[in-house]
Amino acid sequence: MHSMDRVIKKRKGIKKSTDIKIGRRDFFRLTGSGVFGFMLCNLFGPKKSQGAEKEFYGVLCDTTRCIGCRACEFACAEANNHPSPDTEDKNIFDKKRDTTVKQWTVVNRYKTRAGDVFVKRQCMHCALPACVSACLVKAMRKREEGPVTWDKNCMGCRLCMFSCPFDIPKFEYESAYPTIEKCSMCWDRIKVGGYPACVMACPQEALLFGTKRDLIEEARTRIYKHPSKYYHYIFGEHEVGGTCWLYLSSVPFEEIGFRTDMGNTPLPEYTTGFLYSVPFVLVLWPLFLLAVNRITKRED
Amino acid sequence: MMEAEINLKRFLLNELKPKGKIFTVFNVVTLPIIIAGAFLIFYRIFYGLGATTNLSQSFPWGIWIGFDVMTGVAFAGGAYVLTFVVYILNAKKYHLIIRATVLNGFLAYVFYAGAIFLDLGRWWNILNPLIGNHFGVNSVLFLVAWHFLLYMIAEFIEFSPVIAEWLNLQKAKKVLSALTVGTVIFGITLSTLHQSGLGALVMMAKPNIHPLWYTEFIPILFFVSSIFAGLSMVIVESSISHKVFSEQLNEEHKKEVDDIILSLSRACAGALFGYFFLKLLVFIHGKHWVYIFSGMGLWYMVEVIGFVLFPCFLFLNGGRYRNLKVVRVAAVLSMVGIIINRFNYVFIAYKWYLPLSERYFPSISEIVITLAIVFAEIWVFRWIVNRMPVLREST
Repeated sequence: MHSMDRVIKKRKGIKKSTDIKIGRRDFFRLTGSGVFGFMLCNLFGPKKSQGAEKEFYGVLCDTTRCIGCRACEFACAEANNHPSPDTEDKNIFDKKRDTTVKQWTVVNRYKTRAGDVFVKRQCMHCALPACVSACLVKAMRKREEGPVTWDKNCMGCRLCMFSCPFDIPKFEYESAYPTIEKCSMCWDRIKVGGYPACVMACPQEALLFGTKRDLIEEARTRIYKHPSKYYHYIFGEHEVGGTCWLYLSSVPFEEIGFRTDMGNTPLPEYTTGFLYSVPFVLVLWPLFLLAVNRITKRED
Repeated sequence: MMEAEINLKRFLLNELKPKGKIFTVFNVVTLPIIIAGAFLIFYRIFYGLGATTNLSQSFPWGIWIGFDVMTGVAFAGGAYVLTFVVYILNAKKYHLIIRATVLNGFLAYVFYAGAIFLDLGRWWNILNPLIGNHFGVNSVLFLVAWHFLLYMIAEFIEFSPVIAEWLNLQKAKKVLSALTVGTVIFGITLSTLHQSGLGALVMMAKPNIHPLWYTEFIPILFFVSSIFAGLSMVIVESSISHKVFSEQLNEEHKKEVDDIILSLSRACAGALFGYFFLKLLVFIHGKHWVYIFSGMGLWYMVEVIGFVLFPCFLFLNGGRYRNLKVVRVAAVLSMVGIIINRFNYVFIAYKWYLPLSERYFPSISEIVITLAIVFAEIWVFRWIVNRMPVLREST
């Protein structure tokens, strides 16, 4: 039992399963379908990956294990130089809290028929994030390891906030030099082989870090092994095209503050129709207008 | 040569002086608002968006986007529609109002789309998408930003012969006039794409938009609605400016303008009906009647019947019985309808599920700054019309 790690380090020798719909290459293929991308793909588009393809990492959050100690909140604050939350204060659960500019993750308590359920919230790190597609300066970026990160070349237009189905990016309204703040899945650690601070801090092993493929396998295994303990659904496997964070629960997800009505289509797909039509309009419309202009021209 | 330069300087200095009465009702009302707005703009820049707006983490966009940008750009649509009629369809009758319309369109972009500067949290990075830090080529907003810039340039070129005429630069006027048709074609193409692009902007927020308003046809609806929004603006603007600047026009012109307004009202009725028909198709195809018996359903009916179908009927009626008053009422109603529609996408039907206490209502500062921008635009419009051959006959 002690071998149950916080981290799934190796793939278990299983060839590509079909569970995971969106890999890294699909991600770039889909989001690479932009306006000028149509014409300038080779210039600005991502270089074709060579050699081994990396897989998105993610975290499996098993809410049946969480005891609401908020060690993850504390570790997150420490890792990101935010003010430390008072983890002794148990009254804090009386109100539902949202993440803030200075607190990228929060744990909420839900009273359900299965008793108190604690749910950690943070950025879900979508496989095909709306916020990334929304950004006109690529300040929001989907990193090849999986995290969605924010950069300082941002203009502060807040279309990422407007588009996020999980209401995650937070804007520093009180500042004249505002930033967008959200969980980065500790990208600086992951890219050098480390793990997110919250995962390492959890005393209950409620958080498990690994590739999404492995995490889904693990989540399925838990449900199969304890069919009466779990609600038979993995939140994040398919939602808005799948997210890097996955959740297990003992009760239906609506009861613990999740929206279950957002569908499985990746949100950027809703704008591809428009974006595909752009080059056609750009080429055909002027020709048509010129033709009409010539036809209707009267001799003076 | 020296003499010519001195003459030009004298001429420009003379033109800078105010013309006409200073203490008019309009001036007395609008000047304090413009000054207050200017102060509030400084306040916003030095103290941030939280100090001046009621925006929140749940409602990142308010009236600066919903009215200034989304609605302002739709109202400015008259320029591309009328340049299409005059320079592409070669319908010379409308040439009389083309200069004022293009000027109004250009200024609307400069002021209203310029208001995006205020709304940008990190405005000092505004040039990033233009200089490539970085090019977010997959973003609809990237397209819209570039189109705004290019369209402003196109509109300026379309208007530039008037400036050349004002400065008595005959050669320059000839060269600039030769650019018009090409620029118009470019401008219409850009308008088609960014008017619809403003609609595409909100589409990724599908889970947050009430199903009565969300459809894959949002870009087409935005484009079609910009036609009647723009034309309604032209009707209202030319009705007002032909009263205010009536000394610049002779009787024959006034009659012709009335005739143009009546023709435009029929065009508006057509565009409104097309828009209504599209809405109806979306409604039936999406089986949207299940949502109709709710607060949002009622609100939807108010928008579609009260501010689309009703003005459509008024435009038809006013056009048929040559009743300019009815046409003007219809124009104002359809413009209000556009404001309601754009507000719905930005903060009313957006996150409709949140309780009233968490919803967005514009702050006083947001409203004052918005009004200041509108009035400043009118001041600049008036300044130009009083000096350049916009309404009066060219020499």
